[in-house]
Formats: sequence, structure tokens, C-alpha cells
Amino acid sequence: MAQLPGAIWTGPVISVRDLVVSYNGRRILDGINLDISRGETMVLLGGSGSGKSTLLRQIIGLERPQSGEILLNGVDLAKCTLKDLKNLRRSIGVAFQNAALFNSMSVEDNIALPLREHTRLADSTIRLMTWMKLAVVGLAECGKLSPQALSGGMKKRAAVARALSLDPEILVFDEPSAGLDPIVAAELDELILGLKRAFSMTVVVVTHEMASAFRIADRMAMLYKGSLIAVGTKEELQSSTHPRIRQFFDRIPDKIADTAAIDEYFQRYLERGSI
Amino acid sequence: MSTPVAERLGGATLRHVEYVGSLAIQLRDALGALGRTLPFVGNQDRWQSAIRQMLAVGVGAFPMVGIMAACSGFILAMQGASELRRLGAMEFVVDLVTIGFMRELGPLLTAIAVSGRSGSAFSAEIGSMVVTEEIDALKTMGIDPIEFVLAPKYLAALIVLPCLTIICNACGILAGGVFMRLSTDMALGVYLKDVVHSMVLRDVVMDLVKSLAFATVIVHVGCLEGFRVHGGPDAVGRSATAAVVKSTFLVILADVGFTTIFYLTGGS
Repeated sequence: MAQLPGAIWTGPVISVRDLVVSYNGRRILDGINLDISRGETMVLLGGSGSGKSTLLRQIIGLERPQSGEILLNGVDLAKCTLKDLKNLRRSIGVAFQNAALFNSMSVEDNIALPLREHTRLADSTIRLMTWMKLAVVGLAECGKLSPQALSGGMKKRAAVARALSLDPEILVFDEPSAGLDPIVAAELDELILGLKRAFSMTVVVVTHEMASAFRIADRMAMLYKGSLIAVGTKEELQSSTHPRIRQFFDRIPDKIADTAAIDEYFQRYLERGSI
Repeated sequence: MSTPVAERLGGATLRHVEYVGSLAIQLRDALGALGRTLPFVGNQDRWQSAIRQMLAVGVGAFPMVGIMAACSGFILAMQGASELRRLGAMEFVVDLVTIGFMRELGPLLTAIAVSGRSGSAFSAEIGSMVVTEEIDALKTMGIDPIEFVLAPKYLAALIVLPCLTIICNACGILAGGVFMRLSTDMALGVYLKDVVHSMVLRDVVMDLVKSLAFATVIVHVGCLEGFRVHGGPDAVGRSATAAVVKSTFLVILADVGFTTIFYLTGGS
């Protein structure tokens, strides 16, 4: 799978092979295999504790796999040097769940930070580029503000602008709709779709918001207890009869509350004055 | 079922070894990044950040260190005088205060004050950056958190702690002079002449070496506690407490080491 120097990689942009991750002897990811093609939007679905955030952290190179491979344009993240990993990370823009903007800097400086760190561009050029990124996400007027002065939705859009600042090949979103009202969440979905159309980016989104997932996904991957139980188009997943997928899509709780037991509990309480 | 004693002891030993190893790795990385924080030759944004840290760590701690040192100098002179007066050797109070501050109290008092003020602030700042994923964001942008966050603090502490230690020494010794003026009518000019006479270059060097070592301990323990935060805001609070407790303990441990070296090489 080694890439020849200077050659253009035509395989999957992200390729996960037999990925295993354990913490304190507990398997968080168990033999994950997943290919993400150039220009597609892949939505990683799964409940709390399913391992989707861990998979995301592996894909963006924040953690190294204990076993298995993660290939980014054919380069194995587990085997590359720290310097190569640092360079590879620059081809991925990440919009974190809590936006992760630096409160000690203005919004403009947050977006300019990667450009100041990695380029030798003149300050005027950096300011212009920053303004353009902010304009793309609809925050052109907010550059001088502190991140604390922004609303939840605006913070997330500013985080997207920062993720875009080095013109990455892959854009990653961790729970983009979390904590947002439905209207702002829908606006963010439209922004993701707009960015994909405008820049032909590969987009990876981790979410458990079904409406958002169906709006933006080309393909979906469903995680359950550290394993991938389904990968396919949204239509394929929607028509799946897999019990866990049905449970997730149809919002069926794991344990139905025993109403008779609750009634008995209260009855006893009312009769005795104590349990 | 209770865990066997040997197993618990082994686990605790491994945890401590792992902690010291993490500190050593962090120190190596920080020393590598320190050059890029320097003015003129390094990244100017890092130097600006170091200046802000110097103001926070040094200027902010100045009144506290000054008052602590003056009180301690006065106390040391009083305690010494109560014994030395009986022996008719009141002039030795000058040596006691000078040597006491230059060799020991100056660096130690400064380190304890800075550890309490800034060690906890470092860990809380970095800890909250971990919780809000800002450290992860730096990594994904290809920016080294050690260079971006830690190195400016380290450079600031390396510059500011020796300065604060000198101020601490000056305040402590002057307070001793005030006591001598009040109790024995010794003129301040005479006192200061005696102070200069009892000072040796070796003590001054030891004083500054200790302050650099203590700066290293405070910054690295504070930052490591911050980087190791897991969980929510309560973990940030715990890390700030741990930073103060561990850095104070390690400062005293380092002090024992340096004083032993000083003693064995014929300084005392």
C-alpha cells in the first residue's frame, strides 16, 4: 500500500483495516474495517459508548492504533514518524464538538492561527484569507469579537472556518448538531453540504442526530459496542432489518420500564410512609 | 477482596516511576522547544506569550513574595537574636539572616509562593484546554502543545524566578536590618556592609541555580497535571490542587538534593 513519491493516490482517502483499540483491557474498537472514498460524506452513527468518537480520534491521528492500520492517502498513521504525522494532520480540518476556539484570541486570530504557524504569508494576506474563510461560514462581520461573545451555532461555524483555514482535503465534524436548536442545526447541515459542493471535500461526520445524518450523508457506518454492524448508503441502512439498526432508527429504549413495579413501589411508600 | 500489600506497593511504585518518566519526557520536549520561544531567533508570538506569562508569574507575585520575605527575615532575626544575645554574639544575626536567605529561604520561599499562585494556574489553564478540546485542536492543526502552551511559561519562569528570588533575598535581609536597627541601634549602613562581607559568590550561584531548578519543577509539574486531566471541570480543580501539592513537595525534595551536594562539596 506504500505510495510512490509524487504519485497521486487513487485509492480510498481514508482506509481503516482491522483496527483494535483497548483501554485498561476493555476493547473500545474491535476489528474495524472501513473505506472512505474521495469526495464522499461518511456519517459515523452509534449510541453513547459505541466507540464512534474513539474511531474519529484514530482517523484524525490524535491516537495511534494498538493493532491494525489507518491509511490516509495510503500512508499508515501507525508507522509514520511524528513529523510526518504532523504534516498529515494538516490535510485534515477538524470541527470539534465544543468548537474548541481559544478564548484568549479573537475569532479572527483563531482562524488565522494555522496560517501564522504554517505559512510565511504577509499579515495582510493572512487577514484577507481569514476574512474569506469567515465569509464562507457567514461570519464575516464577527472577526473582531471574542469567541465568548458568539452563540453556540456561531461558535461551531467559526470552528468550521478554522478547520478550513489550511484548505484541507478532509473535513471532520464531531457531533455538529449537539447542543444546537433544530433551526441552527439545520443551518449547519446546509453549511456542510455547501462546503462539500464548493470544495469537493471528503467529509466525515460523527453524530447520533438522525435527521442531520440523513440530510448530509452519502454513506453511513453504524457502530455498536466497538464493532461496525453496517456500512452502506442511507437507503440501505434505512431498509435494514438488523435489530440494533432498527432499534436506533426507531428510537426504541433498551429496557422498557416496569410500570407495575413502579406502581407497587409508590403504593408501599404511601401505605408505610417509608420504603 | 482486598488487594495484596505487595501488589498495591508495586502498583504505586510503577505509577510514581511513570510520573517521573512523563516529567522527564516533557522536560526534554520543552528544552527542545525553548529555542523557538526566544526573542529575535524564535517565533515572536511565543516570545509575546512568554512576556505575558512573565507579567502574570513575576509582577503578580512580587508583593506577596516581598511581604513573605520581609516577615520571614524579621522572624529569623528575632529568633536568632534571642539565642545569640545570651552568648553575646548579636553581630552573628547578620550572618544568620544573610546566609539563611541566600542559601535557603530566598529560593524556597519564592518557589512556594510561585507554586501556590502560578503552579495551580498553569494546571487549571491547561486542564480546561484539555476539557474543551483546545489541546486536541492544536494537535490537529499540526501545532505542538508543548511549544505553544508550555514553552512560553517555562521561559517566563526561568527568567522571573531568579529575579523574584533576588527580590526575596533583598526584602528578607533588609527586614533583618530593620530588626537590628530597632534592637541594637546598629545603623543600616553598617548592617549592609556586614551583609556584603558575609556573602560569598558560591552562595549567590547556589541561590540562582536553586531558583532555576525550582522554576523547572513548578512549571513542569503544573503543566503535566494539566495535560493529564481526564473528565470534566471537577478534574480541573483536582489537577490544580495536585499541582500545588506535588510541586511544593518536589521543590523541597530538590532542595534537599541541592543542599546535600552543596554540603558535600564543602560549602557548609
